[in-house]
Amino acid sequence: MNNPIVHSVLLAASMTLATATTAAQQPTPEHMWENIQSQQKEIEALKRSQQDTAKQAADADEKAEAAVVAVEETSTGSRGNRADRTTIGGYGELHYNNIEGADDEIDLHRFVLFFGHKFTDNIRFFSEFEIEHDVAGEGQPGEVEVEQAYVEFDIRDGLQAKGGVFLLPIGILNETHEPDTFYGVERNDVENIIIPATWWAGGAALTGQHANGVSWDLAIHEGLKIDSTGGSNPFRVRSGRQKTGEAIANDFAVTGRLRYTGIPGLELAASLQYQTDASQTSGDGLDKGVLYETHAVYQKGPFGLRALYAEWDFDGTAVTTAGADEQKGWYIEPSFKVHDKLGLYTRYEDIEGGRSQDMFDQWEVGLNFWPHKQVVIKADYRDRELDNNTDFSAFDLGIGYQF
Amino acid sequence: MTRLFTLLLLFLSAGPTPAGSIYQSPEDFLNEVFAGEVPAAQVLWLKDDVRETSTAIMGHRYPAIRVRYWLKDARSAWILEEIGKEQPITTGIVIKNHGIERLRVLVFRESRGWEVKHPFFTDQFPGLGITPAYELDGPVDGVSGATLSVRALKKLARLALYFHSQVVTDHDATQ
Repeated sequence: MNNPIVHSVLLAASMTLATATTAAQQPTPEHMWENIQSQQKEIEALKRSQQDTAKQAADADEKAEAAVVAVEETSTGSRGNRADRTTIGGYGELHYNNIEGADDEIDLHRFVLFFGHKFTDNIRFFSEFEIEHDVAGEGQPGEVEVEQAYVEFDIRDGLQAKGGVFLLPIGILNETHEPDTFYGVERNDVENIIIPATWWAGGAALTGQHANGVSWDLAIHEGLKIDSTGGSNPFRVRSGRQKTGEAIANDFAVTGRLRYTGIPGLELAASLQYQTDASQTSGDGLDKGVLYETHAVYQKGPFGLRALYAEWDFDGTAVTTAGADEQKGWYIEPSFKVHDKLGLYTRYEDIEGGRSQDMFDQWEVGLNFWPHKQVVIKADYRDRELDNNTDFSAFDLGIGYQF
Repeated sequence: MTRLFTLLLLFLSAGPTPAGSIYQSPEDFLNEVFAGEVPAAQVLWLKDDVRETSTAIMGHRYPAIRVRYWLKDARSAWILEEIGKEQPITTGIVIKNHGIERLRVLVFRESRGWEVKHPFFTDQFPGLGITPAYELDGPVDGVSGATLSVRALKKLARLALYFHSQVVTDHDATQ
């Protein structure tokens, strides 16, 4: 078997056999073409399936996005809905007064609802509806009052005009008097006797604001109708408010204010009001009147300070004879916030009003406790020394809110 | 008669005019913040802990199920809204290194509290961060008569700082 010739013959024979076998296993060209066609179809089907899946995923994303947007619009309210353009708010305060020499009292002093509506981005309505002392009607202690009801127009950025019934731009409390924003169960007496807050009037006004923090107001409105006939409240400013209820408008009044709030925490302001005839009756001994008012508010960290001065000068023989031609008052109120929820204050007031009971000086100390930023519980003690020596002290408790 | 004329003049001067409450559009704000190269918006979903903490900060449920933000180089921009007294105040806030870089009122719709839209008020915010109790770590003095608007902006500042902490880690911030 070691013969090379034999080896060669055997090798050639095996190669011939292998070639013949391979040729017999290979597909024919027709068979291969069919395979290619079949595979091509499968590839195309897979591609279509992949595209369908991608499209379905994109559709699902789009639907999910649309659903999220719809939920967001529902939860936030799209601007332009009536419900979104009409707003409701309010405030209220219940007082307990324990005044020396008088019956103790508990009184729902104020219950107030705000209604506002935005007609467009530039025209809006605002109103304040108030019930004082809980029950109104004949023989009842309370009153139902519309203290604000005006339409305001944006003339341009930083300049507005309004017409209707609005709060006069005088003093600290007249425009901002929600109970959680000031100290004391009762409002200070200067802004009750000299500035008869809450003081509203019917008329028209312009307001301007500037980027440096200066703002101004100019209003023409119904005047006071102060009693000059020697009735129960002669020359009492507070009783002269006509409250825009069939108010006599023979003699209008004009009010202007300049205000600076360009440093956070600081407010400086001065107001001037001119009453053409403070009794609306010529020749009765009470003629024109001018109110000067200035105040400062400063809050730095826990420390606060409020100070205000106001003075009326009336012309007329009757008011001069009665000694009520000059009525004035001032107060100063330092405060300290022990923490976010508790603040302490003291206030000194000196008032010379038109009646004997409106001439006094008074010390007051107290605290505000805010269980929530818009809910307040108050307590104070005041000691009043009247010029007619009918002094008294009082202890007050209160609870108030705004929303 | 003169008085009536003055009244009429005041009313007539108050005709409708273009809206004046938009101080900067959100798009312009973002372009300014990112120097014209605004990154794609991302989304923070308000769920689980994020929902709970944002509700605690705002004092109510933030009225959205997600919030968009723009993030580049660990610096995030947020457009957030909160009602002061009656209407939403739209505010743009940029956070960097867990502190406020800038806060700007973009749209102001309130009829009171106008002071808060001006730099003499908003300049108090840059540099402020947030404490572990989600309070601002520095004082912001208020504005007399604008208590609710001031309160709204302080809440939005705290919210933006908290949101930033949810999308940018300390590690990201130091990169």
